[in-house]
Amino acid sequence: MIELDNVAYSYSGDALLTDISLQLAPGTFHFLTGPSGAGKTTFLKLCYGALKPTGGSVHIFGDDVTEMDRDAVAYMRRRVGVVHQDCQFLDHLSVAENVALPLSVSGQATPDQAENLNELMGWVGLQGKFDSLPPELSGGERQRAALARALILSPDVILADEPTGNVDWEMSQRLLRLLIELNRMGKTVMIATHDLGLIRAAKAHVQARVLRITNRTLQTAGADL
Amino acid sequence: MRARLDQVIALLKGDQGADRIVPPSGFTVRLTLFTSAAMAFLTIFALALSLAAGRLGTSWGDELARASTIRISAPPEQMQEQVASVLRLLEQTPGVETARALSADEQRELLEPWFGPALPVEQLPVPQLIDVSETSDGYDADSLRLRLQAEAPGAVLDEHTRWRRPLVAAASRLRLLGWVSILLIGAATGAMVTLAAHAALAANAQVIAVLRLVGATDGYIAQAFVRRFTLRTLSGALAGTLAGMAALLLMPSAGDVEGLLTGLRFEGWQWLLPLVVPPLAALVAYIATSAAARRVLGGLA
Repeated sequence: MIELDNVAYSYSGDALLTDISLQLAPGTFHFLTGPSGAGKTTFLKLCYGALKPTGGSVHIFGDDVTEMDRDAVAYMRRRVGVVHQDCQFLDHLSVAENVALPLSVSGQATPDQAENLNELMGWVGLQGKFDSLPPELSGGERQRAALARALILSPDVILADEPTGNVDWEMSQRLLRLLIELNRMGKTVMIATHDLGLIRAAKAHVQARVLRITNRTLQTAGADL
Repeated sequence: MRARLDQVIALLKGDQGADRIVPPSGFTVRLTLFTSAAMAFLTIFALALSLAAGRLGTSWGDELARASTIRISAPPEQMQEQVASVLRLLEQTPGVETARALSADEQRELLEPWFGPALPVEQLPVPQLIDVSETSDGYDADSLRLRLQAEAPGAVLDEHTRWRRPLVAAASRLRLLGWVSILLIGAATGAMVTLAAHAALAANAQVIAVLRLVGATDGYIAQAFVRRFTLRTLSGALAGTLAGMAALLLMPSAGDVEGLLTGLRFEGWQWLLPLVVPPLAALVAYIATSAAARRVLGGLA
């Protein structure tokens, strides 16, 4: 699915990540952890083509990221659901329209998707927020809406950056169950978080690998978590 | 719930969604509308000016080609002789196509506005007029004058339309300036739309980032901006064009008097020409916005 081979990334000459190799196989569940500023977000961005590696190579669905043009990146994004830490929406459109946005931009908006949308909104607990505008949502609701938006195209890979950062424990468990359920359906999931409790909770339900970014590189954390 | 779903379905379908992804922005909309309307208004005037100058140049040019007059003032007993010799002389002058002495009736007609219809021209010492029409090359006025002096001392060459010659040149220059103005207005419209599109793209950086994140191609994003600016420019230019045409219709008419000021209007089929302005403005906006969007989006990460 996503392959990183000796990847390095540096911001204006300062190496942030070096020598990272990883293969995300279909149906795997990964946690990405590490101290703040270690490069978790940068790593995720490398995984969905928002950043191009300054060294090594990244292949997404078999294609070399450095050789993708902007349209190829756009088509690839439709197969990768991304939930950002600071979820951004089109603030002038309703929540439902925002969640359905990936359908609109990929020309897949059909009437039967409306049921899908309805179900998804219910799943993330936003049934009552169809017509709300994104600025009216709480932090947790924004995260759930972002997750719903990332899922509506039924992507092969889901990359989530601190998806439970703004939600309470109960909601984070719900989001986690949702992601685990998606993983059982065969999706590849990668969650960047520094919430160790979340990782422990997940381990009871799913075989998750924990990756840790320390000293600018990626290490597989022990099973002691 | 059903109605709400239908609403979403409507959004999901077709262009409506693509149009709505860019947030409405009242202020820049009005500015774009106003500017394109003003530009179209100016274009209509430049167009009318060009056409009027062209018309004037042509009609004055036509008159130039055929009109000068020789006036012979001579004692009655010498009149016939001088007329005959002047006509003979004109026949031999290169550049003169035809020369013809006006009949008494024609002379009376010319004088009628001043003296009334009952003027006995024959009994008055009215000078005899000879209408000279020249070929397109024209004749050498100075040498004709010298020869007239020798042959018929009472003959005066009156080139009453020659003074218009520099005016005809000026009219054709004016027409050129009109067309240049139209080109400049078109270019200014393009520049204005480019600036507005750049501003809109910059102001909507977050929208573009979100769209890219969810898999929108540059083409899809650009289309939303391009459509919007093209339609704005089209409707603004349409309003400006109609206002310009109305203003020209309301210009006071001076009847048959041909002049640049009173001739500032369209004639016949020319009234269709201004209708080309709004689509052309829209085309300019389309090209300008497409180029701006391509440039801005291509430069993004």
